[in-house]
Amino acid sequence: MERIAYSELRSTPQLWGLLVLLGAFIGAAGAAVLYIEHYGHIVTGMNNQVVWGIPHVFAIFLIVAASGALNVSSIGSVFGKQAYKPTARLSGLLAMALLMGGLVVLVLDLGRPDRLIISMTTYNFKSIFAWNMLLYTGFLAIVAAYLYAQMARGVPSFALKSVGLGAFLWRLALTTGTGSIFGWLVARPGYDAAIMAPMFIAMSFSFGLAMFMLVMIGTCTMTRRVYSVELRTRQARLLGLFVAVVLFFAGIQHLSNLYVAEHAAYERFILLEGGIYTALFWGGQVFLGGLVPLALLFHPKLDRKKSLVIIAALLVLFGGLVQLYIILIGGQVFPMEIFPGYAASSSFYDGTIASYRPTILEFMLGFGGIAVTLAITTLGMKFLRILPVNLSDANVDPSGLE
Amino acid sequence: MSQRKQDMEKGAEINRRGFLARAAAATLTLAPGVTLSLYGSEASAQVTSANRWGLLIDVNKCRSDCNSCVSACSAENGWKDTGNPETDPQWIRKVDLKDLATGREVSLPVMCQHCETPPCVDVCPTGASFKRADGIVLVDKHICIGCRYCMMACPYKARSFVHEEVPEEDKNVNAPRGKGTVESCTLCVHRVDRGDMPACAIACGETGNGAILFGDLMDPDSEISIQLATYQSSALRDDLRLNPGVRYQNI
Repeated sequence: MERIAYSELRSTPQLWGLLVLLGAFIGAAGAAVLYIEHYGHIVTGMNNQVVWGIPHVFAIFLIVAASGALNVSSIGSVFGKQAYKPTARLSGLLAMALLMGGLVVLVLDLGRPDRLIISMTTYNFKSIFAWNMLLYTGFLAIVAAYLYAQMARGVPSFALKSVGLGAFLWRLALTTGTGSIFGWLVARPGYDAAIMAPMFIAMSFSFGLAMFMLVMIGTCTMTRRVYSVELRTRQARLLGLFVAVVLFFAGIQHLSNLYVAEHAAYERFILLEGGIYTALFWGGQVFLGGLVPLALLFHPKLDRKKSLVIIAALLVLFGGLVQLYIILIGGQVFPMEIFPGYAASSSFYDGTIASYRPTILEFMLGFGGIAVTLAITTLGMKFLRILPVNLSDANVDPSGLE
Repeated sequence: MSQRKQDMEKGAEINRRGFLARAAAATLTLAPGVTLSLYGSEASAQVTSANRWGLLIDVNKCRSDCNSCVSACSAENGWKDTGNPETDPQWIRKVDLKDLATGREVSLPVMCQHCETPPCVDVCPTGASFKRADGIVLVDKHICIGCRYCMMACPYKARSFVHEEVPEEDKNVNAPRGKGTVESCTLCVHRVDRGDMPACAIACGETGNGAILFGDLMDPDSEISIQLATYQSSALRDDLRLNPGVRYQNI
């Protein structure tokens, strides 16, 4: 068994080609932001009924995935699974990159992005949003320290373990905060549920690991590095477990809502009569984003077919975006019940299902966030010793695979 | 003119005199004829928790074909219908209700309910959403970053986001408005601070309906307090225990 060696990515046409492509997406997102800022949000599909749209779906997806991507690191240094350690550096880098990608989208969709400095200098500590700003910046700092501890020579193992434990606890707090953005909204029937926080943690485990595996497989294929099949299969099975846990939480979320009479109308909307939202729930979130990846990830020949892992991970990401779309948009289009027992109507869409037609600008901004994430990750791997060169089956510590 | 309206206007006249004395201290003369006053800030008047401004809306007196409170608010504060109903701001709106059990139909105005514990203020990351000591909930347009979390949190759908540039001709000294920020009913704070009543209450009185009663909830002798103490009233989403300053009768 060789000692694991790390190296920077070499400059290849493929690498630069990828960066140019990502740069094009980032440029398009920048153009979309300038356009929206110039004309106002009137040029987006968002309105006074659906105040958070596609940019928020992407932003929250990336932020949730960020904390989950760190899990590979945590499993290695906090839970002592040696086999995961060679991929811990990428896990940390990707976690930071995902968070930055998500924050870029979130911040650039503000009505006044030019006032970002205000959000960093003027805090209302009763706001979970304000807490999140501290949780996000703290996460970047602690994961940077964690990455440094992993990469620097002579860092004592207890120090690495301590900072790893700190990062793990911090990521739990971060995702709790993100889930609570919705869980603590008492006004809307689709939110106001304490289960949001643990469900978002489960979602982060799933989306983060899927993103990690795709980046790992993609980079290793592009740079012709080995990614131990044994480790890949183990991580894929773990992803399957996370997918099952997300399905479980989603099931409990809807079942407990069904039990409460006042939420029955909302559940009827999402589960039965919501048109696109119902189709997305059963077809996108449950079937394509849940059951199909589950079947693929527990396929007996998973170790022989890399394509199964890739398809499953892509479906998990797709299902994640769909799930967040249903939570965010579905939760907003359904009318708030200001007058229980009455049918309400007004020129301000009281009592009616609101409509939301996202524009291309919103998707440009959202994909720009993903491009920022991938560009940071690629540049990180290009200039830092992040990725192992010899992660073959023979070099993976078998003790960690149990 | 009804006795109630006479009482209110008398009260307003007394307050107006008091205001003029205070205004000298809060208004900065920049040049002859050009002054800068501090909109909504507590310095512009003696704002204390000794007052809590509120509205009492008698739904029986509100006619479904009447929109005068909405028109008055729009004219007073400069927000307009531009033909884009999904994105146009509405600081106050008429809602038509039909009782699902009995079929009884009523119509009523809904605006910011000026909660005692406003969810919009709780969730605002920068503190741009704030509540004055006298209970008026406002948005500080200088520190609103346009995140719209307050709109997610408000149970009354009382807030609007400014989706496009405010035309020069619509800019109004009564209520600063700006693209990319959130706004809502200010309870006509600029009028209240000079001892006047909100535009909606005046307009409703002028139609003869008199469905909107404005007053000080902290003053036991005010008409609004007497009405609330005498007759049954309710708050919207009372289950949330937000203790709004806007109350309804006969829903």
